[in-house]
Amino acid sequence: MTENTSNWRQKILYKPETDDRSRMRAVANNLILHLHPTKVPAPALRWTYTWGLGGLSALTATLLVITGILLMFRYDASIERAYTSIQYMETQVLFGSFVRGLHHWSANLLVITAFLHMIRVFLTGGFKLGRGNNWLVGLFLLALVLAFNFTGYLLPWDQLAFWAITVGTSLLSYVPVVGTAVSNFLLGGPEVGQATLRNFYAIHVAVLPVLLALFMSYHFWKVRKDGGISQPIRDKNERVERLTTIPHLVQIEFAAAAVLITALTLWVIFVPAPLEALADPSHPPNPAKAAWYFMGLQELLLHMHPLAAMALPGIIVAGFILIPWLDKQDDNIGLYFRSRKGKQMALVGAIWALALIPVLVIADELWLDLPAMFPTWPTLISTGLLPLLLTLAALIAIYLIFREFGHANPSEALVGLFIFLIVSFILLTIVGIFFRGANMALVWPV
Amino acid sequence: MTTKNTSQPVTRRDFLKLGIGALSALALLEVGGASLIFLQPRSLEGEFGGMVTAGLVDSFPIGSVVEFTNGRFYLVRSHDGGFLAVYRRCTHLGCTVEWEAQENRFFCPCHASSFDLVGNVENTPAPRALDTFPITIDAGQIIVDTGTIQTRDAFAPDQLVYA
Repeated sequence: MTENTSNWRQKILYKPETDDRSRMRAVANNLILHLHPTKVPAPALRWTYTWGLGGLSALTATLLVITGILLMFRYDASIERAYTSIQYMETQVLFGSFVRGLHHWSANLLVITAFLHMIRVFLTGGFKLGRGNNWLVGLFLLALVLAFNFTGYLLPWDQLAFWAITVGTSLLSYVPVVGTAVSNFLLGGPEVGQATLRNFYAIHVAVLPVLLALFMSYHFWKVRKDGGISQPIRDKNERVERLTTIPHLVQIEFAAAAVLITALTLWVIFVPAPLEALADPSHPPNPAKAAWYFMGLQELLLHMHPLAAMALPGIIVAGFILIPWLDKQDDNIGLYFRSRKGKQMALVGAIWALALIPVLVIADELWLDLPAMFPTWPTLISTGLLPLLLTLAALIAIYLIFREFGHANPSEALVGLFIFLIVSFILLTIVGIFFRGANMALVWPV
Repeated sequence: MTTKNTSQPVTRRDFLKLGIGALSALALLEVGGASLIFLQPRSLEGEFGGMVTAGLVDSFPIGSVVEFTNGRFYLVRSHDGGFLAVYRRCTHLGCTVEWEAQENRFFCPCHASSFDLVGNVENTPAPRALDTFPITIDAGQIIVDTGTIQTRDAFAPDQLVYA
């Protein structure tokens, strides 16, 4: 290497050093690399510990910002022109379909990686030992990702967009007292229309990105502040090998980024982003489905009164928020499933969900008719309060069974309950996506 | 901040601190309020929500259902000749219901709710009967006010308007 190239490299990137000391200094002095510590414990680099999910989510978010900015130059947020501007992009603009496809599929991927990242952090107890704040920020970031997807969903102004947002915002009007006012405020009127498109566009490209940047920065900073990603507590005399960030961590990150970008690019080339017919407020498609990541909720709506179908996830999310206070046993941090017993509870929880959810879905479809069973009760009670209370009672029962008969401690029992909830949610989502046909009837996927 | 004895006189510093704090809070409230007003719902102007002249009473046969796409309602004439303007928005989650003449019902394709001729729930998950708009009949002309959405739990005979 000539003196000249190393000189500009040193100025713009970093000097490619070969000794540990200089490599550590390079990390400390570089703006982006400074997100990392100069050295990391060797076990924290294990691929099977983090699965790289946080980093992949961050990379996907970056791709979304870049493609999103490009799309803003070509998109027109008016109900007369939004759909045509997308059509134009798809057919006339060079790389238009590619940029839009990359944005669409990155957004979908981010829902998956952020969700899996949340599961990973729960399973390794990443909310313990003073990391509770960052767990909360992480949950908020996941909510932001869903808000991004929800607002972005409307923008193409096709049938899918219009009806998914109509159904999604109508849910709000079931919230007592303030629901209708909030819904009217978001929609800019009683129905999805021009004001809604304008509102959602502003929220999607301005409000949410600012929040995302702020909270992502905090999220990363707090991980550093807490001394890097969570690790098991080790004996004082146990020596853990510490490796320099350059090259050990950085090269893993580059490899993961290269694989993700390549895979995503190939996917986008072969599967362009979908675009249905122009939105028609008179004729909903049959079946009218929400976006796939909301299908679990929509499936719940088929079985419960909307208020109950919102209260149940609300209570579960509240439980997730309270996890750092529910599971106060800190000595099992950094261990997947907490312990051997925790792993058993998780397995049992998963099996119960796999057995119970399909049976319940089919039973409700074919035999259960709660309003007919209690004809004198208002539907708010017969299809709302009753199934809600039964579900909550079942969840509490599952926890108590893990505690009493599984001899699990609270930390391990919570792992079992968590896995039960996650698997149930995934199953409901799968039923909603693949097993619901015309009139939302249960069908075998063809 | 340390706890103070309330009998002590307020110092100039404390007074200024309190004043700046209170004024800042007031300013924030004002800015917040102004922003909320700025963002108020605004789609009603000139769009859906005005008076719709549906037509002459005699042009609607007994038991007929006629769709008014721009007014977003179905004009129903019941079997005893009374009129009802049914809002097409499903009371479950806001999808547009369609009139299925063969089945003699309003049907929502989103979650399979159905309603009878006068908007009563035949099939859940819809929680209540379809909403309606007020009807006035002036010199044989039926006029529907689509700006006023009337909610109801179920159909009652006094909701029908007769010529």
